[in-house]
Amino acid sequence: MSEVRSYYGRPVIKEPVWTWEIPTYFFTGGVSGASSVLSLSAKLFGNEKLSKRALYIGAAFDAVSPLLLISDLGRPERFHHMLRVFKVTSPMNVGAWVLLVNGGASNTAAVLELLGILKPVKLLAELVATFFGPPLATYTGVLVADTAVPAWHEGRHELPWLFGASATASAGAASTMFMDPGDAGPARRLAIGGVIAEGTLVHAMELRLGEVGEVYHQGAAGKFSLAAKVLAGGGAALLATKGRRSRAAATLGGAMVCAGELCLRWAVFKAGVQSARDPKYTVKPQRERADRNGGSKATTFPGEPAAPAGRGA
Amino acid sequence: MSAVLPMQPTGEPAGWEAYGDDKHERVGFFTDTSVCIGCKACEVACKEWNLIPQDGQEWTGHSYDNTGELDANTWRHVAFVEQEKPLYRTLEAPTAEPSAPGGKPSPSATGNGDGGTGLRWLMESDVCKHCTHAGCLDVCPTGSLFRTEFGTVVIQADICNGCGYCVPACPFGVLDKREIPSTQDSGYKPDLPSFLGKQKDGRVWKCTLCYDRLRGGHEPACAKACPTKSIQFGPLEELRQRADARLAKLESEGWNGAQLYGRNPDDGVGGFGAFFLLLDDPEVYGLPPDPVVPTAKLGEMWLNMATAAAALMVGVVGVVALGGRR
Repeated sequence: MSEVRSYYGRPVIKEPVWTWEIPTYFFTGGVSGASSVLSLSAKLFGNEKLSKRALYIGAAFDAVSPLLLISDLGRPERFHHMLRVFKVTSPMNVGAWVLLVNGGASNTAAVLELLGILKPVKLLAELVATFFGPPLATYTGVLVADTAVPAWHEGRHELPWLFGASATASAGAASTMFMDPGDAGPARRLAIGGVIAEGTLVHAMELRLGEVGEVYHQGAAGKFSLAAKVLAGGGAALLATKGRRSRAAATLGGAMVCAGELCLRWAVFKAGVQSARDPKYTVKPQRERADRNGGSKATTFPGEPAAPAGRGA
Repeated sequence: MSAVLPMQPTGEPAGWEAYGDDKHERVGFFTDTSVCIGCKACEVACKEWNLIPQDGQEWTGHSYDNTGELDANTWRHVAFVEQEKPLYRTLEAPTAEPSAPGGKPSPSATGNGDGGTGLRWLMESDVCKHCTHAGCLDVCPTGSLFRTEFGTVVIQADICNGCGYCVPACPFGVLDKREIPSTQDSGYKPDLPSFLGKQKDGRVWKCTLCYDRLRGGHEPACAKACPTKSIQFGPLEELRQRADARLAKLESEGWNGAQLYGRNPDDGVGGFGAFFLLLDDPEVYGLPPDPVVPTAKLGEMWLNMATAAAALMVGVVGVVALGGRR
């Protein structure tokens, strides 16, 4: 169906007003969320070096995340209004609480680790961070999907999984960057596995999105998408081939994967903005749905181009 | 899955009943575009009453519409559509209908209602729909957006922190962030010295259905100013009946494309508190043809996320447990 009617081609919905901090936070929140889990599981299985590395990385990213979020607000001095309610219908509200708990716990654990005191409290903080890490890494998928933005809302089945895979890859890659390859095996494998899972999920999402999926190949979203594939794919390949022996390869590969994951979050963000900007992505599926359920009330006149199939006469 | 959320599939707005004895009959707008003359008195009255700052002048070239869209600084917007279509459905003048009372010429007086030009000019005063299931209200993380005792949806300006989540959550593109410098026009004074260098108002604004006027027992400014009763204010149930009667009349007169938009309480947002009579499909006026509140799927989204989070946990622990140290 070629004919999609609109009001002077203007968008039907508003595009997101979020600025650069938000897609960047999707990345930093993902790193800290997955790092929390990596840290405690490494400790559990006797890899103390990896555990510490992931703990510090998670805490550092957890400290940056709220700053990004507050900086994006129109009224930053009111950031604490996020915490005046608990509201399950608002993924952003739930996310603010999850970030508060995960960030508070991971930073408590990191400080106690640095000081070398209060071991039981530290362990408790690590446990809390571990349980709030996976939600932190995945809720942002729900955050964007719970909007009227076509490329996001229609991607709701894959987005939390995609963000989870991306978070796992970047958390693994970040730890790989900053430690001796001799102890970084699990982190390296997570980076590689995360990139592979993410490639599959991106493909699945584009298949499901159908026509609106084309925004992932256009404009800024297209460029970020390509950069994500090249950087994350190349980084993972480098880690897989040379990352086990060479510190330099591990650092470079880890950095490439991290950069690729950052680009992926930007690709998703820009795809949403682009899909909101063009009214056809909003109108066409809704018009088709409305036609299935009763049809257009518009009338076709002699001399007017024939209405598309399925339209009432 | 909606069972886990404080939402209802249709009918009354969620949370509204909590007002108890203070709960007022649900009120709204019926905007009948068939009598709109495009005078924009509603836009002006709205801006004046609500002290909305001016946000620049732009000549769009889109008929008489130089406002463009609803946004933070426009809470009533008159759309203008010029069409090469006659106003009435048949090319022959209807014969059965006598001249309507009130002096309005029947279709037979003007043939196709287009003065023989084959053109018609559609005008529609758009406004916040005050949805029964409002996406903006659902996703607002601060509780700034709330359901009033009148069943309407209002932003509390002293709570909003400008997170912007409601902006893409609205299926109609009604809400927007005010980017005008805070020291001018908007009358906004920062609670604290400018933080992070932000000099803008930075909050989200939209139609309040003149909450202050309602509290004082007055009708909203736009409805008060409308000279043709295109904008009708009243109890929602009464408006729906009035709209049904109006639609039946237009249909009997052979008007082209007449349809009610947002009147049905079973639609994707549970019906609009402010609904419309249109003369063409909604998308022609820049409205979504079949809007659905995004939070309708939130239950399954949370479940999906919980599964993904569990998979992440199992995956990471598994890789660490099963792989070697190197």
